[in-house]
Amino acid sequence: MDKNQQIIDSAISQEYEYGFTTDIEQETIPPGLNEDVIRLISSKKDEPEWLLDWRLKAYNQWLKMDEPNWSKLNYPNIDFQAISYYAAPKEKEKLKSLDEVDPELLDTYNKLGIPLEEQKMLANVAVDAVFDSVSVTTTFKEELEKHGVIFCSFSEAVHSHPDIIKKYLGSVVPTTDNYFAALNSAVFSDGSFVYIPKGVRCPMELSTYFRINAANTGQFERTLIIADEGSHVSYLEGCTAPMRDENQLHAAVVELVAHQDAEIKYSTVQNWYPGDPKTGKGGIYNFVTKRGTCLEVNSKISWTQVETGSALTWKYPSCILKGDNSIGEFYSVALSNNFQQADTGTKMIHLGKNTKSTIISKGISAGRGQNTYRGGVKIMKGAENARNYSQCDSILIGGECGAHTFPYIDVRNPSAQMEHEASTSRIGEDQLFYCNQRGISTEDAVSMIVNGFCKEVFNELPMEFAVEAQKLMEVSLEGAVG
Amino acid sequence: MLKIENLHAGVDGKQILNGISLTVNPGELHAIMGRNGSGKSTLANVITGRDNYEVTSGSVTYNGIDLLDMSPEDRALSGVFMSFQYPVVIPGVNNTYFLRAALNAKLKHQGLKEINAADFMRLIREKLKLVNMDEKYLSRAVNDGFSGGEKKRNEILQMLTLEPALSILDETDSGLDIDALKIVAEGVNNFRNSERSFVAITHYQRLLDYMKPDHIHVLIDGKIVKSGDMTLAHQLEEKGYSWLES
Repeated sequence: MDKNQQIIDSAISQEYEYGFTTDIEQETIPPGLNEDVIRLISSKKDEPEWLLDWRLKAYNQWLKMDEPNWSKLNYPNIDFQAISYYAAPKEKEKLKSLDEVDPELLDTYNKLGIPLEEQKMLANVAVDAVFDSVSVTTTFKEELEKHGVIFCSFSEAVHSHPDIIKKYLGSVVPTTDNYFAALNSAVFSDGSFVYIPKGVRCPMELSTYFRINAANTGQFERTLIIADEGSHVSYLEGCTAPMRDENQLHAAVVELVAHQDAEIKYSTVQNWYPGDPKTGKGGIYNFVTKRGTCLEVNSKISWTQVETGSALTWKYPSCILKGDNSIGEFYSVALSNNFQQADTGTKMIHLGKNTKSTIISKGISAGRGQNTYRGGVKIMKGAENARNYSQCDSILIGGECGAHTFPYIDVRNPSAQMEHEASTSRIGEDQLFYCNQRGISTEDAVSMIVNGFCKEVFNELPMEFAVEAQKLMEVSLEGAVG
Repeated sequence: MLKIENLHAGVDGKQILNGISLTVNPGELHAIMGRNGSGKSTLANVITGRDNYEVTSGSVTYNGIDLLDMSPEDRALSGVFMSFQYPVVIPGVNNTYFLRAALNAKLKHQGLKEINAADFMRLIREKLKLVNMDEKYLSRAVNDGFSGGEKKRNEILQMLTLEPALSILDETDSGLDIDALKIVAEGVNNFRNSERSFVAITHYQRLLDYMKPDHIHVLIDGKIVKSGDMTLAHQLEEKGYSWLES
């Protein structure tokens, strides 16, 4: 493999495309975490008393919790006092329209390929742009309002729709759920809020674009999506961050609620800075709790994720299938190249009758990357005729990476039907030679083989983003053959 | 076209070819026969540039250019094709996509415009007929779930599409029933012309009855011990290889 090794070595120097920083005047609070910091965040957002209390309660619970250590991830202890919990671009006045958004910010999003001017955007995608701790702008708001769809930043929703927030916040992921969810509940800064009213099919894709810019800052966003009876929504999030030598913490919480006959499709293309490819220095620590409840009959929640970035990924988008006949799906591609580590998977909790879940997980390990699939399928006593199909495939590129699979199954109702398939393969020299012999270069062959491997998952992404994901895969894999 | 001189080569430190010399002129079809382990496939792999095969001495030139100095993909792009003894499965990669990528790599190499999807479909439908393959194979993944015979026909389909100047057919007859064998041989025969050359590696005379090679060479212990015409193939079929061993 000498020649292939050379190709790798030259390509490995490929730089992370979104690693630039935006030079903008920012307001950042000093590092450290205590009740005063939480009060400060809450007051900056002009939050009602109940929300501050909710945060403080979460904080006090967090203090009593221990950082989880059951994952396969290897990293030094995080110093939670060294992180700043709030950073925002300085605003002169309250923004009334996009014309007032700092040109520096608009430029940043242009560079990221997400123009925020509506006329330049993909016609069918509404975007909420979150920059460090705050939402910069949300596009197509008026168009959406015509259909009764609420799509705005979380902070805005706290003021404009306090009843909905109060009703659902923490209803899927309670503050005590886990260490990082508790932390998020205490210090979350912004995020997106979506409400789709009864019977409405959301007329466009909704999308949030998360950008971490400030140094030594954590990003803690909170997303809440409610699909009322018979409604339908497809939502996509994208993430990037500058290249920095220090690790940065990202701990988000996403809660989805699907009512009767409603459907939520949630897609993620995660491309946080993965750290230096040669030394492993820097990169985002991505600790995320995502969970959806299929609350009533015939509801459906579908997670699709393409995880190519971050130094560490700890993420298990899950479904609680409470309503009878409800459906949960999880489609995942996780790539660990160079020094990246991913421990990701899903939990499907079957409570209702005739509930059905599908898990398709594709793990790709290259360089010295370590990729772990961790999944739990639980069929509870009352879940008559529940069905699960799980498939987890791993592909290894080179000899220094690793793939691990931990599928947990807990069945408490004998009528359950469970299927599990798993495979591990290596991109073989014979496959590469076969492609070479047909005139296809090693680089092209690897991306062809990997894209073929991921196809089932890419097919689940909204059209506009499937191509993006494929391209991203190629960039992330450049030089991965070994 | 292809000139091999006193080629010594091996794999993983094991010497297998012990001085092979062979000249293939444009338009010729040469057959190389021999037992398992005689070095037939090693020869094919050295010509196409597979990793881990090491040439210790001798030379291989193609149209006067040193082939051994080129990467496997450059050899392929300049017109050297191998029909694999064991075609490789590539799960998830669509057969049509793969073949179009290969053809476009070649067109690009020649400084020509890449073929668009519609034109490619027209082209490939024509070629499918030549090897009696159903269109349904196009939508399947490369060699995935193909029977032995289907894989070999798929190799010939690729050859017909890429139109190489030199085709190495490595045991293309193995795993084929008599009908499939005829189809494959016809596919090759119709593709022959005064400019294209072939090296067919085989155990058996059967394939050669259909392909009618210009020259037959017998390989024993990494050396060509005898060359001749079709009568040599018939002798081998009758007497086996032992009479040629010293």
